[in-house]
Amino acid sequence: MGMTMTQKILAAHAGLNEVKAGQLIEADLDLVLGNDITAPVAIKEMEKIKGEGVFNKDKIALVLDHFVPNKDIKSAENCKCVREFAQKHEITNFFDVGDMGIEHALLPEKGLTVAGDVIIGADSHTCTYGALGAFSTGVGSTDMAAGMATGKAWFKVPSAIKFNMIGKPSKWVSGKDVILHIIGKIGVDGARYKSMEFVGEGIQHLSIDDRFTIANMAIEAGGKNGIFPVDDVALTYIKERSKKPYTIYEADVDAEYDEEYTIDLSTLEPTVAFPHLPENTKPISAVTEEVKADQVVIGSCTNGRIDDLRIAAEIIRGERIAKGVRCIIIPATQEIYLQAIEEGLVKIFIEAGAIVSTPTCGPCLGGYMGILASGEKCISTTNRNFVGRMGHVDSEVYLVSPAVAAASAVTGKLNSPEALGM
Amino acid sequence: MKALGKVFKYGDNVDTDVIIPARYLNSSDPAELAQHCMIDIDKDFAKRVSKGDLIVANKNFGCGSSREHAPIAIKASGISCVIAETFARIFYRNAINIGLPIIECEAAAKDIDAGDEVEVDFDSGMIYNRTKGNEYQGQAFPEFMQKIIKSEGLINYINRK
Repeated sequence: MGMTMTQKILAAHAGLNEVKAGQLIEADLDLVLGNDITAPVAIKEMEKIKGEGVFNKDKIALVLDHFVPNKDIKSAENCKCVREFAQKHEITNFFDVGDMGIEHALLPEKGLTVAGDVIIGADSHTCTYGALGAFSTGVGSTDMAAGMATGKAWFKVPSAIKFNMIGKPSKWVSGKDVILHIIGKIGVDGARYKSMEFVGEGIQHLSIDDRFTIANMAIEAGGKNGIFPVDDVALTYIKERSKKPYTIYEADVDAEYDEEYTIDLSTLEPTVAFPHLPENTKPISAVTEEVKADQVVIGSCTNGRIDDLRIAAEIIRGERIAKGVRCIIIPATQEIYLQAIEEGLVKIFIEAGAIVSTPTCGPCLGGYMGILASGEKCISTTNRNFVGRMGHVDSEVYLVSPAVAAASAVTGKLNSPEALGM
Repeated sequence: MKALGKVFKYGDNVDTDVIIPARYLNSSDPAELAQHCMIDIDKDFAKRVSKGDLIVANKNFGCGSSREHAPIAIKASGISCVIAETFARIFYRNAINIGLPIIECEAAAKDIDAGDEVEVDFDSGMIYNRTKGNEYQGQAFPEFMQKIIKSEGLINYINRK
């Protein structure tokens, strides 16, 4: 019986010719990631391991991105703990204020994640790197500690769901709409413990940034990982960014899948996930009620990349952010921020009355930089809309693409760009 | 190993943001996290919970972020076991790694009500509802996971290996 793409990567990293779904294996890790929230817990745990030391100082990435520049004293203490650990162990890939970006945008940009890698990260959105044909998955701090110390992690080999993409998406449909549509279809536990393999001729129409967004939200369907085949789009990105050796794995033709779906990208519309679950999706044309926006957020590890900002700028250019709406735009990395300045995007945003922030996860998880009061509604390009996610338990988050977020910021309510005659 | 206590009952998709909201993630101190455990779904949980009590929930418990602060907060609040129809993957892993006993059992999750007195035998996976007089067979852990839980977490397990 054949193996899926994910199974082949795991087998190779476990030194096995073959693995089967359900099998418990121990795999070698190419990269272990942590941030300013999860790494302090991992560091405390690692200090309890006998024979303290890291397995490879080049294969650990520590990114201060959630609450930096520090929002309070406790956050500052957490960052200090990570900073001191990075210095002590001479961690090569430590990213502090000035170099940092949101981890899942930053690491691919720095060439640290390539096709064929096995990567664990103490952050659930670590699944993002599947866009480049890597196996990557979120774990907790203790797994991160064990990974930093031993360079290995145990896994239960996942079965898989295949999503066969066909057709070409229309102008205002992007990766976010594709993944929200899929989550709406299979539910927030529809891919629990499983790989989501995104294949088919339709993926040629998805940019690398679209693919990062899709793989990023595999976790919102409960997935262990999301993964794309390595085509020219992925290879061009990897070769531009990385000197690391990469390996292309392909699913066997007789690989077994638990389920298969065909997604016709040409029929998708801009899609919205209503509170309080990412599976509560509707195509924008089915939204009949008026959803007035108090805040719009464009950013996060899901949608803070340059494509996302370009789309938002195209819609906001020459317009005004609606009265009563606070529009917060957060480029995900320093490089994206600079690119947005050079391309004139930041000027467009500021002239329209939006604010542009230094990279941070801040508002996405209700940390800081855009906390909601009771009764407030935020239309957001982030990834979760759980109760209290962005602030007060009685606030609401609507998950959308950058195009819908930008159109909503300009019109003051949940809208597609078509409402602006675009 | 056994757990015995009264039950706090919740529904589907209890996410890590309601187990411990991110506004409290500037700390990783278990006792401090326990004070805010479940606050956005059950604001008096921290006041009402007693050592040994259990959480019982339906599908996909612990979905959302990878924050280990979630099982840490639950464990530090005194909860002796979480029973659910299903668990989200990262939460399941984290709970085992920090030594918080969890058990999947659809029948128990559907039948047990808030306030029931419940006993769990981790070796056999048997769950006894003393209030209703019902029994349910939960899934016992594979041997290596039992060893991690008995060592009170992955790190102690690695050290003892």
